[in-house]
Amino acid sequence: MAEPVLEIRNLNVDYGLGDKAVHAVRDVNLTLHRGEVLGLAGESGSGKSTLAYGLTRLLAPPGVITGGEVVYHPSSAAAYDVLGLSDQQLRAWRWAETAIVFQGAMNSLNPVHKISTQLTDVLKAHDPKMSEHSRNARAREMLKLVGISADRMGAYPHQLSGGMRQRVMIGMALILQPQVVIMDEPTTALDVVMQRQILGQLIELRERLGFSVIFITHDLSLLVEFSNRIAIMYGGRIVEEAPAATIYRDALHPYSKGLLSSFPALRGPKRELAGIPGSPPDLAGMPTGCSFHPRCPKAFEPCSTAIPVLGRPDTPDGAGRSVACWLHPAEQPVSAV
Amino acid sequence: MKYILQRLAFYLFTAWAAITLNFFIPRLVPGDPVQSLITKYQGQLSTKSIQSLYVLFGLDKDKSLWSQYIDYWKQLFHGDLGLSFTFFPAPVSQVIGQALPWTLLLVGITTVISFVLGTSLGVVAGWRRGSWADGLLPVTTFFSSVPYFWLGIIAIYLLAGPDSFFPSSGGFDSGLVPAWDQYFIPSAIQHSLLPALTILISSVSGWILSMRNMMVTVSSEDYITVAHAKGLPERRVAVAYAARNALLPNISGFALALGFIVGGTLLVEIVFSYPGLGYTLLQGLGAKDYPLMQGVFLVITISVLVANLLADIAYLLLDPRTRKEG
Repeated sequence: MAEPVLEIRNLNVDYGLGDKAVHAVRDVNLTLHRGEVLGLAGESGSGKSTLAYGLTRLLAPPGVITGGEVVYHPSSAAAYDVLGLSDQQLRAWRWAETAIVFQGAMNSLNPVHKISTQLTDVLKAHDPKMSEHSRNARAREMLKLVGISADRMGAYPHQLSGGMRQRVMIGMALILQPQVVIMDEPTTALDVVMQRQILGQLIELRERLGFSVIFITHDLSLLVEFSNRIAIMYGGRIVEEAPAATIYRDALHPYSKGLLSSFPALRGPKRELAGIPGSPPDLAGMPTGCSFHPRCPKAFEPCSTAIPVLGRPDTPDGAGRSVACWLHPAEQPVSAV
Repeated sequence: MKYILQRLAFYLFTAWAAITLNFFIPRLVPGDPVQSLITKYQGQLSTKSIQSLYVLFGLDKDKSLWSQYIDYWKQLFHGDLGLSFTFFPAPVSQVIGQALPWTLLLVGITTVISFVLGTSLGVVAGWRRGSWADGLLPVTTFFSSVPYFWLGIIAIYLLAGPDSFFPSSGGFDSGLVPAWDQYFIPSAIQHSLLPALTILISSVSGWILSMRNMMVTVSSEDYITVAHAKGLPERRVAVAYAARNALLPNISGFALALGFIVGGTLLVEIVFSYPGLGYTLLQGLGAKDYPLMQGVFLVITISVLVANLLADIAYLLLDPRTRKEG
């Protein structure tokens, strides 16, 4: 397997302090390898966006990181913990090493500045010595890369369509050639045709430029198609992680199965569509034990008392996948690897 | 461009309506200026001079309302606003011309300082909310809820006096003649300090509060998070992304405040007997000086309209979304 570029170790994120704190992300262990697309799926409120904000230290108050490490491996230097960077170092790390494309395709661009200003100010901030001419040239190059004609440089965001704006954001994310691009529901606000077009373009760019992607969405069907590996989040924890095809064919966690059976397959035999009964857990008052057990059709006695550990399952194809479920008790916990 | 022309046409129409109203109001109120002049001179005026006074005030009874209206416009275009009878026989344009610079300088400069100071403090308070800057808010809100003329009276009571540095009334030392020289200017500044401070203290909190609230609103926008994620320096995010966008409502507020420079601080001028337009208006009111009142109202109306036009243009320059294509 390829070497890791970003390792999240035991990350915990709370909203608020003290007894009333809500634990939005709990003991998350996740590794992003060089050049792969890692999908992160889950219902609303499962903590997937909080995870993305947490690992880039963009949490708005009252969000706080209460523990863990985010180890970043630069292409040609020793690895370091992003959570330990000083403000100055953090600013230099942001966008140059890890860029983000946010949910709000419509509101990610400042309405009062031209596209060119918003593309070039990032270059100016990270490389003050770069000449204005080469900054503009680079910005034009990025627009061309995402399929927008360079004469839109002088346009304001409101003069572009939603799809164009999101493509500008993707171009902006790639302008410093980061190793990691985090996509937080990048296509939620777009229609399905535009979604497909933009994702296709993104995958093509990834093959060309070789960056890694963390792709966050609630749309598991998109992930099955576009990602290499998929991690499923529930109640702030990762409940299952495996190669995309493995999850699709043979999900182990009942929650993953539930998610998979809630959308129809385009090919293959017909199967019955089923939702997951109940509603997502309240993060402020989590059920004891496995947080999915009140909704789980296969719950049995350990589920309500003890939290299952994410680890390599006891199935024959257990290598390269992990699950947190008492049906498949971990042989080797992920956190110990 | 088309948008500006549209606005311009709108404002011209409004100006026409205001000026026309200005023409009719004195003709609708009971009593007329000549009558009050006759009383003032207690029968010392001959019939002939009464008739010529009517003509002078544009109230010629032999003329139709329409031709009076036409004459009114003709006079207006010549800058002739009639004769004041408080300061008889000085023309109104001259009386206003003398008072206007005092108001413009005092209130104009104070409004600009108040806006700049309040907005900058608001940016800091909004960006660093929860810090010491939030402590400014209750203090300034307290002062803004005090009526400013009352604040002026208190200021005179506490700070002005025979031995005090601050004079309690007037625009300059009574022994001086208005001129741009080294005696007059310091005296004028000294006299303006208390009224200026009064206006400043009572108006600055409005700017702080609105700017702070807009900063807080804008700070939660997605593009601010994006700006942080881009690794831009804190200062650039605060100024070019947050403050730049939060400024827009304050700019239109500022343009409106400019419009009220002329008429809005009447009471401060009255409290300090400051020789500005508000004080002049008070004198005119006391003497039923219709031409003077008409003239002052005209100046106030026009300044409000000009300020509105400025607000439109400023918005056009600052917010690309208001610009139409083409």
